[in-house]
Amino acid sequence: MFDDFFVRALLAGIGVALVAGPLGCFVVWRRLAYFGDTLSHGALLGVAVGLLLQIHLPTAVFIVCTFIALALFTIRRRSMISSDALLGLLSHSALAIGLVVLGFLTWVRVDLMGLLFGDILAVSENDLLLIWIGALCTLSILTWIWKPLFAATVSQELAEAEGLEPRRTELIFMILMAAVIAISMKIVGVLLITSLLIIPAAASRRFATSPAQMLIVASVIGVLSVIAGLLSSLTWDTPSGPSIVVAALICFLVSLTPFVNLFRSNLGASRNIGHE
Amino acid sequence: MSNTSLIELNNAGVFEGGHWRVRGVNLAVERGEIVTLIGPNGSGKSTTAKLALGVLKPTEGSATQAKSLRIAYVPQKLYIDWSLPLDVQHFMHLTGSIPAQDVAQALEAAGVKHLNQSQLSSLSGGEFQRVLIARAMARKPDFLVLDEPVQGVDYNGEIALYELISVIRDKLQCGILMISHDLHVVMAATDRVLCLNGHVCCSGSPTAVAESPEFKSLFGLRGESNLALYTHDHDHKHMPDGQIEHIHPTKKESGHVR
Repeated sequence: MFDDFFVRALLAGIGVALVAGPLGCFVVWRRLAYFGDTLSHGALLGVAVGLLLQIHLPTAVFIVCTFIALALFTIRRRSMISSDALLGLLSHSALAIGLVVLGFLTWVRVDLMGLLFGDILAVSENDLLLIWIGALCTLSILTWIWKPLFAATVSQELAEAEGLEPRRTELIFMILMAAVIAISMKIVGVLLITSLLIIPAAASRRFATSPAQMLIVASVIGVLSVIAGLLSSLTWDTPSGPSIVVAALICFLVSLTPFVNLFRSNLGASRNIGHE
Repeated sequence: MSNTSLIELNNAGVFEGGHWRVRGVNLAVERGEIVTLIGPNGSGKSTTAKLALGVLKPTEGSATQAKSLRIAYVPQKLYIDWSLPLDVQHFMHLTGSIPAQDVAQALEAAGVKHLNQSQLSSLSGGEFQRVLIARAMARKPDFLVLDEPVQGVDYNGEIALYELISVIRDKLQCGILMISHDLHVVMAATDRVLCLNGHVCCSGSPTAVAESPEFKSLFGLRGESNLALYTHDHDHKHMPDGQIEHIHPTKKESGHVR
């Protein structure tokens, strides 16, 4: 049952899920879901640019996404347009420009469905290497900036006043987002990347009583979703990317049931109500 | 910059969003001193505090901090979303690790020790303010900035929090910069008042400020009625145990009327 391609797909998915979980927690906490969407739509533009210039695709995606992230980072500080509208504008423009450019590239045959929804079953050994190196680098950098990033997530002003450097940390975080999008594009596709960031993170919320716990649980849920999604994809011949997302959604729905309280440590449960 | 000042603003001003938020502020905070900023909404109190914190850079003038100054900040608003599982214990270590003993002491002093394991999002407004102050205290800062620390706290709680702030000052010998629009209780604990209205409208000892014509014209009748309350609270401040209720219970009753 475990063919070569399936094992590769599994390993690739697990690598991506391990890093998408913790990063996704920050996306949820900082309300960057739409920002993540914008970046991932920008990934399609990255693919178009990569094909046009004939450079390594994930590298092209990474560069284009980093560029969009930095642009947003700068514009957000001085713009009069609400950032919601700005993100919507950029998000769909990037997607549209990407598709238009791809349309002009008549000499390349592009598997559009693969780009939009992922093609995890076509993961090569090189892809696998890239995913794992990228994931491990991202995780170590995230561990390194974790404290100031978290402080800035709670309050940017507080972090800055007390001598941390939230802006630098934020910048690094955005570059990490770009990196994760670049490596996960092949797994779930441009349209579903954000779900891999957000759904496991959201599903982990009710299992966790501390931020660090939530990061770990999000990773675990992500990995479980990948395994369940791929197995069902193999069994019922469903598209792999969407199957993973559906599996993650089921994890989220399970997390909403009262059942979860049993798993939770009862730390933090006691609190004297009415005590002055 | 003088040798003892923790922070110093020299003719500092911030131009933002097409107008001057505040301009021409001269302010120095020394060790062991409580300076209170008062003024109407939009008068530049928070902006001035951010200049002192180094979060905002002055458009004109200068803002300097003493070298390796340890700062603690109690912001005006801190919204903790439900999606963030954060309990008081973890929150205490937010911007740097703090010895467990200091954390316990600070929570005890702020009267929120029993909330140690509670999620921040489950706290009431008053409890949250106490936790914020406890966190700042546990950092053992040289310079402490509090932006409206008693908001959402009832009258008795307010007195207790101001009591706590002066205890922090006495214990840590830190400089404190506090923002308040609530005049009468603030004045009891504070050494110096800076009244802002886009510029420094008047400054000096609480009594001097309360009696100055600029202050009266800015706050009108309400300001004058606060003056009476101030004198009242000032009497109590000098009692050694700091228990206001025990001294002039009947007088205090009348003092409550706003």
